[in-house]
Amino acid sequence: MNQIKKYAGMIWILTAIITYSILLKTAWMQINAKPTTDTIVQWSIFAIIFLPIAIGLILFGWLALKGDYDHLPVSGEETQDQV
Amino acid sequence: MQNVIEKKQIRKIIFASSVGTLIEWYDFYLFGSLAPIIAMQFFPKSDPTAALLSTLATFAAGFIVRPFGALVFGRLGDMVGRKYTFLLTLVLMGGSTFAIGLIPGFEKIGFAAPILVLILRLVQGLALGGEYGGAASYVAEHSPNHRRGFYTSWIQTTATLGLLLSLGVILLTRKSLDADAAASIKAFESWGWRIPFWFSIILVGMSIYIRMKMNESPLFSKLKSEGKISVNPIKESLLHRGNLKMVLLALFGATMGQGVVWYTGQFYAQTFLENACKIDFEQTRTILICAIIIATPLFIVFGNLSDKIGRKWIIIAGMFLAIISYRPIYQKMLDLSSIKQVVLDESQTKIESNISVGIHKDYSLRNTTTQHLYQNGITEKIVHVDTLYNSGKEKPQAMDKSSKLLPTSTYWAMVALIFFQILFVTMVYGPIAAFLVEIFPTKIRYTSMSLPYHLGNGVFGGLTPFIAVLLGTIYTADPLVGLWYPISIAALSMVIGAMYLSNKIDPNVND
Repeated sequence: MNQIKKYAGMIWILTAIITYSILLKTAWMQINAKPTTDTIVQWSIFAIIFLPIAIGLILFGWLALKGDYDHLPVSGEETQDQV
Repeated sequence: MQNVIEKKQIRKIIFASSVGTLIEWYDFYLFGSLAPIIAMQFFPKSDPTAALLSTLATFAAGFIVRPFGALVFGRLGDMVGRKYTFLLTLVLMGGSTFAIGLIPGFEKIGFAAPILVLILRLVQGLALGGEYGGAASYVAEHSPNHRRGFYTSWIQTTATLGLLLSLGVILLTRKSLDADAAASIKAFESWGWRIPFWFSIILVGMSIYIRMKMNESPLFSKLKSEGKISVNPIKESLLHRGNLKMVLLALFGATMGQGVVWYTGQFYAQTFLENACKIDFEQTRTILICAIIIATPLFIVFGNLSDKIGRKWIIIAGMFLAIISYRPIYQKMLDLSSIKQVVLDESQTKIESNISVGIHKDYSLRNTTTQHLYQNGITEKIVHVDTLYNSGKEKPQAMDKSSKLLPTSTYWAMVALIFFQILFVTMVYGPIAAFLVEIFPTKIRYTSMSLPYHLGNGVFGGLTPFIAVLLGTIYTADPLVGLWYPISIAALSMVIGAMYLSNKIDPNVND
């Protein structure tokens, strides 16, 4: 199971990159199709708020690839190791 | 320590925490439920700047500010204490809600009105971001280990009950301002919408009184007396690899999926009933109210069950059921409200016309209402509005406004369909507070659990109605296309949760 968890990390990284690219492409198309303030603000907000989330999913995938999720912490002390 | 807390005392703790959280949700939902009226009063569409402020008020408060509130108040809660932090969020939320009810309209004070509303809405978003983590941690840290899911599930009912309370107060106010129903609705849209906002101050005052009497969480007090509280909770939450990985897992493996299931069942369902099925304003609300009342005890049932079989598989099962049944449920909702290919009973058609004077003195509005009764029992009401200028010109409105009234049997079938959606909400949401509390240590719990909760619910969940409606405007061929957003997010979260989460109940949250 730990091997599957590690390899799946690559899927999460790709999912983040692909879905965020689709979001950017859709935003670009929608803004070009209807360049009103409302459309620009709305899609810009989507692009901005989903960027840190996409980075988070990439980080999650990377941690999975590194095997960080092979063992989940069972005490508070285990969560306090530095990056 | 926590096991010696008596049942009576824990009931008091749950009541005090839940009432405050319920009021915060009530305050937050009021704005959303009254959005069209607030837009008319403060954000006229004819003015582009006001329309921009309206977009910002809608998006910024719900989705951007909430995670910041989680960080700001989470940090405070981990450093100062749970009690004073969630007292502060309550004061901020209640104060800003009351103040929104006092702001004069755009017509009286111009741009100051939408700017003030935007600022107060941002304060509401910040306060909401800080409330939940405090209340959930507070109750969990008082609960005995084997009953944590059960006790925290009471907190989980508050979001749904807050929505119920806001819908109830709005409907009651809308109906009770005048003996004549039409005049009452008109008065509500003119000034009566302020009453639910003012009502908040009474609720908040009561809740502050109750919360003031509470003691600090015993686990936090112990940490504080031992000098072990965190000096920088945000850094410890997000820069310590061991904790960061749990924040990410909580977000992608649980709260992201839980958020979209919650917002689909309670908010997109309402939007869909009103805009796609074209059900009458009041019927839409009462359908939701009935389904919520029937489903709410299930939060407690699933919270309790999670103490026996673990949190993980209940949450995952809720997501799975939502994924496989959303499209059939929404198709059924469309079919039940459809009048296509249904024979019209022409003898029952009624046409009424009346003229009302609008806010402007230079024209009147002529409303012509036509009611059609179909053989499946649905009554369709079409309101056609003509603008009659005093100069003699007549300008018919481009679109007619149509709504449908469902017969009793269809009405209850619709309640059942919404109930199933809220059932999925109770499965994913009932055990989530206990789950989040257990995966983070006491000294950074408030910060660590608030962030994934508000990213999952505020960003992924809160955007559900908007993204679903947007998808519908882009891909017009499929009326159910909007459902692919919650379905795909819930599917991703379900797979991640099933693979990586542990089903083990933490025997000790005092770490």
